[in-house]
Amino acid sequence: MLRLARRLWGTKGLARWILLIGIVITAIFVILAIFAPWIAPYGFAQNRVDGAKFVKLAHPSGEHWLGTNDQFYDIWSRVIWGARTALEVILLSVFFSLIVGVPLGLLSGYAGRATDKLLVFVMDALYAFPSLLLAIVMAFLLNAKVGNGVVAAALSLTVVYIPQYFRVVRNTTVSVREATFVEAARALGAGPVTIMRRYLFGNVVQSVPVIGTLNAADALGTLASLGFLGLGIQPTEASEWGYDLNRALDDAQAGTWWPALFPGLAIVLLITALTFVGEGLNESLNPALVRRRVKPARFDREDVPVLAGDEVEVPDLSGGGTR
Amino acid sequence: MSSSRGSLPHYIAIRILLIIPMMLVLLTLVFILLRVAPGDPVSAAAGGKLNEHELDLRRHALGLDRPLIVQYGDYLWDAVRLKFGNAMSDGTPVTTLIRDHGGATLTLTVGAFIVAIALGIPLGRYAGRYRDSAADAGIRLFGIVVYAAPIFWVGILLIMAVNAIDRSWPTSGIASPVTIYEVPTHTHILLLDSLIAQYDVVDVLQHHVLPCLALGLMLSGIVTRLTRVNVVQALKGDYVEAARARGIPESRVVRKHAFRNALVPVITVIGLQVAITLSGAVLTENTFNWPGLGTDLVNYVLARDYVAVQGLVTFFAFIVVVVSVVVDIVNALVDPRVRY
Repeated sequence: MLRLARRLWGTKGLARWILLIGIVITAIFVILAIFAPWIAPYGFAQNRVDGAKFVKLAHPSGEHWLGTNDQFYDIWSRVIWGARTALEVILLSVFFSLIVGVPLGLLSGYAGRATDKLLVFVMDALYAFPSLLLAIVMAFLLNAKVGNGVVAAALSLTVVYIPQYFRVVRNTTVSVREATFVEAARALGAGPVTIMRRYLFGNVVQSVPVIGTLNAADALGTLASLGFLGLGIQPTEASEWGYDLNRALDDAQAGTWWPALFPGLAIVLLITALTFVGEGLNESLNPALVRRRVKPARFDREDVPVLAGDEVEVPDLSGGGTR
Repeated sequence: MSSSRGSLPHYIAIRILLIIPMMLVLLTLVFILLRVAPGDPVSAAAGGKLNEHELDLRRHALGLDRPLIVQYGDYLWDAVRLKFGNAMSDGTPVTTLIRDHGGATLTLTVGAFIVAIALGIPLGRYAGRYRDSAADAGIRLFGIVVYAAPIFWVGILLIMAVNAIDRSWPTSGIASPVTIYEVPTHTHILLLDSLIAQYDVVDVLQHHVLPCLALGLMLSGIVTRLTRVNVVQALKGDYVEAARARGIPESRVVRKHAFRNALVPVITVIGLQVAITLSGAVLTENTFNWPGLGTDLVNYVLARDYVAVQGLVTFFAFIVVVVSVVVDIVNALVDPRVRY
């Protein structure tokens, strides 16, 4: 863990900044999500206080920082509660796709032959299909059975992301399967389950954090899309930014800007932050992408131009000394 | 490699034959999701509103009382003949929907691609050439944010911005109601029809601007990023170094040597964005009240119409598979390295 942190800290230049900014913004949203009941002035479906109903579509003011929307709800509160919903759905959907995708990938990669071919084919077909359509179809089916709360939304997204975990895990498994240490384990009499659990799993999960964060960003967008189309979480179940934007569409046509601006801003900020974390992790963990810092040939005269595209060494000031 | 394995006709034939298993898997998936999983579409759609006898009649009319395997066979056979069923809620054949509303989706996506290319390629090229400059950082950020921002939010912002500038600029629909009523239908693509009739072309074009811009901006994020990476990659090539060594000016090296080679993978990947574009079109249409297939899909989902949803989803699957095969073939024609 410490080594990982040090390795991340050892990343240089833009990659480190991207990672840092991403982590800070994500952390702010996580704090909002966890402490929503204490931070938000009102409940997510609260339209009155002490028996007095809020003003509909009230301008942002001291009383309602970001104004109220057409359902009399306080927008600032809904934005904060929305962070909680987003976090819950993202965690659940990533968890569900992991527990399905990783074992399937291990199985497919290790078993090979017909099992592998079939699974790869099905997963590729799923992957090729427009992800939003898949989520729409799943939401369509689940609404009748599971209702339209957080769990149903998370399950609708799961199908979209299973193929991605499957693919990465399967490919890593295939390449590790023939490694000497696996062969040694097999020679010692380890069965397939033991090999998968003890020898393959550890090698394979390393690539999960990067896809995990990138998928989280994508899942958030899909969740908001479902909400915007009216197929996601209903407003009485939880606060969801996409649904709020759906409601705000007519107001925007009429020239009322605040119900649309803030939930959208929250979505963009969180998606961008998660993307930054994913890209940052990728650039610092993926050996293929880490820019090798080769010392350029130094000439005695300073005015010799360095060729465009070459990496110039930056003096190491972090004191990490990891390389 | 001297045998027929590497030949172009061989590659194309294989690629076309691969459509069959791909379609089969997708159709099976759609069938399982929409016919097997829900149990009984009829009572799910109309349960409580009709009595048991009426429900039975409906099930019989849709052939839902037959064994699943027979239904599966029928579904595949219908799909092969491009028959997608009739909507349960209003009886419209899905093929009629596709004919009447597919054109709107088509013009939207074509317009969006034009925006994406016009914006993304110059930006990506500039960022790639001046890598790690401030402009590069700005353009990369633009690419990420534009792609991260939900289309419907970008659409709403565009609507608000346009309303603030010029209240008369249209922000909803594909044309004014009068225009839709007056323009005679020839091609079922309103833009073409109005061009043929020379009637209200400006009105139709005005309505296209915002939706195409909203979808195009999202796609331009992908195009920018791809172009940038490929220009950076191409500028590292030995032939670029060689061109520089021969004293060719840098601007010409970028234009003639690096950029052209960088464009090949960009074009391929742009072609493969059908799936993302379709998802985006569904959202754009619902934002701008656009009378396309994406709006239809959402309306039928909300009406719990299993047959119409199944038909439309099957059609989308067709589009995805066919376009990806066409892109692969075009790519093989252009770039001999693709054939393996």
